Amino acid sequence: MSARRLAKDQPDSFVLSAASKKEIAVWVKKYPKGRQRSALIPALWIVQKQADGWLPAPALEAVAELLDMPYIRVYEVATFYTMFNLAPVGEHHIQLCGTTPCWLRGAGDLKKVCEKKIGPQKHGGTTVSADGKLSWIEVECLGACANAPMVQISNADGDDYYEDLDTENFGALLDDLAAGKKVSAGPQSKRHTSEAITGAGSLMTKGLYNKVKKKKLPNSAKVRTTKKKAGAK
Amino acid sequence: MVELLQDKDRIFTNLYGLEDWKLDAAMKRGAWLGTKEILEQGRDWIIDNMKVSGLRGRGGAGFPTGLKWSFMPKEVTNRPHYLVVNADESEPGTCKDREMLRHDPHLLIEGCLVASFAMQAHACYIYVRGEYIQERNRLQAAIDQAYKAGLVGKNACGSGWDFDIYMHHGAGAYICGEETALLESLEGKKGQPRLKPPFPANAGLYGCPTTVNNVESIAVGPTILRRGAAWFKSFGRDNNAGTKVFCISGHVNTPCNVEEALSIPMKTLIEEYAGGVRGGWDNLKCVIPGGSSVPLLPREICDDILMDFDALSAVKSGLGTAGMIVMDKSTDVVAAIARLSYFYKHESCGQCTPCREGTGWMWRVMERMVAGEAETSEIDMLLDVSKQVEGHTICALGDAAAWPIQGLIRHFRHEIEDRINNYRANKPVFVAANTIAAE
Repeated sequence: MSARRLAKDQPDSFVLSAASKKEIAVWVKKYPKGRQRSALIPALWIVQKQADGWLPAPALEAVAELLDMPYIRVYEVATFYTMFNLAPVGEHHIQLCGTTPCWLRGAGDLKKVCEKKIGPQKHGGTTVSADGKLSWIEVECLGACANAPMVQISNADGDDYYEDLDTENFGALLDDLAAGKKVSAGPQSKRHTSEAITGAGSLMTKGLYNKVKKKKLPNSAKVRTTKKKAGAK
Repeated sequence: MVELLQDKDRIFTNLYGLEDWKLDAAMKRGAWLGTKEILEQGRDWIIDNMKVSGLRGRGGAGFPTGLKWSFMPKEVTNRPHYLVVNADESEPGTCKDREMLRHDPHLLIEGCLVASFAMQAHACYIYVRGEYIQERNRLQAAIDQAYKAGLVGKNACGSGWDFDIYMHHGAGAYICGEETALLESLEGKKGQPRLKPPFPANAGLYGCPTTVNNVESIAVGPTILRRGAAWFKSFGRDNNAGTKVFCISGHVNTPCNVEEALSIPMKTLIEEYAGGVRGGWDNLKCVIPGGSSVPLLPREICDDILMDFDALSAVKSGLGTAGMIVMDKSTDVVAAIARLSYFYKHESCGQCTPCREGTGWMWRVMERMVAGEAETSEIDMLLDVSKQVEGHTICALGDAAAWPIQGLIRHFRHEIEDRINNYRANKPVFVAANTIAAE
């Protein structure tokens, strides 16, 4: 397991915005009465977004109060789940997948790009660039292995996967982000998603799916009774 | 020559998102077709047909899905029933559920309705892994469409069954893919697995009867019922029925996801869909066939192994999630497995001592093996410790951390020994075979 603690420098206070409260209320409604605690993870995520990508201690207290639960339970969850950043991150936060499937396809080289452009890897922590524009951390499998190597970049606009990377296009991507230019998410190769790059080996039949027609259910009870009747005759 | 699966027999017809994911387009592709008629057949019919189809859970363990559904209490008491869908896909090498969530969400939502009806659940939660943010937004949009069209909600599909479906998400913890950890997380706690028994079918979410199924197991349900259990069973060998989405990553020319029939030979799968191993089949070193948790297989076994549950467990590996990680001869396989050991150390929830301490210990020893800085006798010690972690923890994460190491020692012990000898002789411990350049 990874030991995670709250940052030393904390703001004095934190106020939940009306928008955050409204969003959290939508989540609370998804669970049975008295089970509002179930909304804790989504609530913390919403608050992290409000607080520029990390969770200060006063924010945890605010969430505990809102969901009517002890602070320690919120603290436990915030320190357990690795997507909750416990210290400030850059404007564009890069999570670089370093697990074996990405490693096999060159995640190690991408790490070097990050080290060169942002700063040396901090094991168990986030490296933030001097100007605060970029930050990076090595994370475990992000579940896009057929598009390895890849990173997830979180910023005010959202959280997107950038796939099929190499040192060249990844370096350019980081430069564009730092310069405030628009970048396009998804595979950075010619691929659409996770089909083979040479053109999908499957699902290339055209027009096949417009011919779907409703049929009688196989082995349906009605079919069975008619068969019995036929036998009786 | 093995016959490949034809497009008309594929269940996930929009796996690559080449077409529209929205409700209208999904209906054109066959989703939500005659769902009411399926429900009218009754829950016993649904469960019986799922049993007959031979569908085994697609999340890794391969437990028969129909049988799992039949474990739910027959009568609903004062505790409501729940269906929880496990979309916490985090097994390294696996990236199939993501494609279903973002490209074929309506198949999943329809499957949730059918499965919930069969288990008398009025509510279903889909737990999406935290990092799949675009995917969960897509799923939520699809759920909203289904509500608007009256396919779910009160009197779902006009069947008279009230059904609510909710999207929930995590925040980056591999362990939440374990079903009881997932339920803990869904209740807003740390994702630490529960002791079993009681099993979720008796006391799951909020202490109520709950069934947890993988995305793929649920999403294929309606298509199986529409096309017939016999159709599904016609693919694959006995006890390994149906089609399955395989993820092929690592050292192949064209990594991809693809739906194929179970029991397809591994070599055919890699050569037909993934463009073959980088540098040719002879350049293959080993394959992890079912996500990082299962032991790797060296090339000799890969030559003619079939990709299904029974064939892979016969060679002391497993189908798992069918996420294949291919490694060619340039791979430092010891380092590749050491990286997985780090993964398990990082993802251990810290609840059971053998796993919390064992994963860290195994990783540190593995790192020394990578450098060759070890005693030859330590290989057996590592094997011994891995056996002591395996089977001595609440959940299977301990086993999952032990198996890759056991597989490595079983098949590549000589490589570790060579390193130790090289280190002592002051030689480089690992030199990558550069076979591509030689060709």
